[in-house]
Amino acid sequence: MLGVARRRLGSGTVLGQLMQTLRPAAAPRTYSAAAKEITVREALNSALDEEMSADPSVFLMGEEVGEYQGAYKISKGLLDKYGPDRVLDTPITEAGFTGIGVGAAYHGLRPIVEFMTFNFSMQAIDHIINSAAKSNYMSAGQISVPIVFRGPNGAAAGVGAQHSQCYAAWYAHVPGLKVLTPYSAEDARGLLKAAIRDPDPVVFLENELLYGESFPVSAEALDSSFCLPIGKAKIERQGKDVTITAFSKMVGYALQAADILAKEGISAEVINLRSIRPLDRAAINASVRKTNRLVTVEEGFPQHGVGAEICMAVVEDSFEYLDAPVERIAGADVPMPYAANLERMAVPQVEDIVRAAKRACYRAVPMAATA
Amino acid sequence: MEAAITRSDSIITAYRDHCTYLARGGDLVSAFAELMGREGGCSRGKGGSMHFYKKDANFYGGHGIVGAQVPLGCGLAFAQKYKKEDTCTFALYGDGAANQGQLFEALNISALWKLPAILVCENNHYGMGTAEWRAAKSPAYYKRGDYVPGLKVDGMDVLAVKQACKFAKDHAVANGPIVLEMDTYRYHGHSMSDPGSTYRTRDEISGVRQERDPIERVRKLIYAHDLATAAELKDMEKEIRKDVDAAIAKAKEISMPDASELFTNVYKKGFGVESFGPDRKEMRATLP
Repeated sequence: MLGVARRRLGSGTVLGQLMQTLRPAAAPRTYSAAAKEITVREALNSALDEEMSADPSVFLMGEEVGEYQGAYKISKGLLDKYGPDRVLDTPITEAGFTGIGVGAAYHGLRPIVEFMTFNFSMQAIDHIINSAAKSNYMSAGQISVPIVFRGPNGAAAGVGAQHSQCYAAWYAHVPGLKVLTPYSAEDARGLLKAAIRDPDPVVFLENELLYGESFPVSAEALDSSFCLPIGKAKIERQGKDVTITAFSKMVGYALQAADILAKEGISAEVINLRSIRPLDRAAINASVRKTNRLVTVEEGFPQHGVGAEICMAVVEDSFEYLDAPVERIAGADVPMPYAANLERMAVPQVEDIVRAAKRACYRAVPMAATA
Repeated sequence: MEAAITRSDSIITAYRDHCTYLARGGDLVSAFAELMGREGGCSRGKGGSMHFYKKDANFYGGHGIVGAQVPLGCGLAFAQKYKKEDTCTFALYGDGAANQGQLFEALNISALWKLPAILVCENNHYGMGTAEWRAAKSPAYYKRGDYVPGLKVDGMDVLAVKQACKFAKDHAVANGPIVLEMDTYRYHGHSMSDPGSTYRTRDEISGVRQERDPIERVRKLIYAHDLATAAELKDMEKEIRKDVDAAIAKAKEISMPDASELFTNVYKKGFGVESFGPDRKEMRATLP
């Protein structure tokens, strides 16, 4: 019932925004005690399905999304269910079809443009930034662009330099865009639904290696009205000694690192950023004010990256709370090599996160000892 | 194609570059080693399957972004003309890439500046899982050059391909760009994760194999002209298979690249800047 109310109000109105953050109170049903598990793929597919069902102006376009059932099977079954007017296979022409998607959004539709990987979005980046991100501003609010650009981002496995880049920092740099990075199945469902309902252009960065991973989901998360707020991070694991921020696949690595650190007496708090733009500065700062130490983790190149921005956010708001320099773990500062051993060295590993967290914790050693 | 041109002419293609590399003089061992990511690979294990190159034979790769190789190929042609080499460039692309806007931009400029660029559309009728009629309003790719002349060629007939390339080279060096459409086919799926059977029938695949396979056609020609006997060809095939197996075995023995290779070749001239691994305090290098 609340779900219907949310949809009628839409997320464009203040009341609509409020309704989105309300959790269903006394829902008249019993929840099964056993947690259900779904894959990220299933989560994304169900989110697309539900939002397309709820709003006829939502449509999906991209390469192989229809008859092929999706290059990674994310859009499986949607063509059969919604027909070729709403699930459109495009030629391999990113600049063209992205521009077409943005134009459709100008005229009131709600497109979901899929990039087979975000590496290919570079062919279309002018439309994402100049045609989508800036339009609401340039037109003084007349032309809003309720579009979602989604697809896998970052490194897969053994696909080489042109197919492995992370674009989180690039897109998060631009005012007018929202940039989301789901990790779990719950993230995938809640954030994609929020993105589709959002009236602004959203860059939705998935991860190919996470598609097949299963996560437990609550009954609430499986409900068709489920939505996660944009701009809010999630504390995946509470801790008190060091804060570790991460997004997408690196959240899993950070959690593994936290397990290892716990055995050595270090209690790490892991923040799943979920939203790179807007960045949840409040949550990050609150955590660092509690732990006094910070390790940022990302897959992308280090220079001008997400970690650099997070560090600055903490220096600006919570400098006096830091007991150690901020540590940064990122992808290696080289194009992604193909050879498996070099690729492993180019991508952050759990031990890198553990090492950095330990450095952040032992920094209280008097300077004389390190001279 | 190679029979009609020289190693001074340039070739550039997309990611289906393994045989292009071999035809340009690349050896089996370095090809397999590259696929396995070994240091003996043609890109020393750093490029990978989609990024084979052989600069000394004017083979410029090996490109992963669909369509990008065509403007690059026109650029090669620009340099060839600029340096007065009297050579030409063959820029290969597929029917999937044929709709990319950058092709038309580069072709327009090539025509204006009379660059010796030959755009070769290897039309295998499918862009990954999408048949040509679902991606192109006009799948007559040889005509898509509009004001640039185009030839349609039976891409499964090796002699037709040779003649077409010879004609195209002479034309391009004298007059500017030309489009060749090679009518061909892809037996397997697009990549390792595509079975290749969800968007076409197995009958179609086997039909093409039976009727148009280029190697089988050459075999028939050889018999028809008494150039070799069936036994001789069988021996040749056995030899080739042995060579291939031996090359694979040899490639498997080559070691993976050394860890230091992570940081080599970022720049031609690094000015001594530092580069970093994931944990910059643990792994760093100075770029020469």
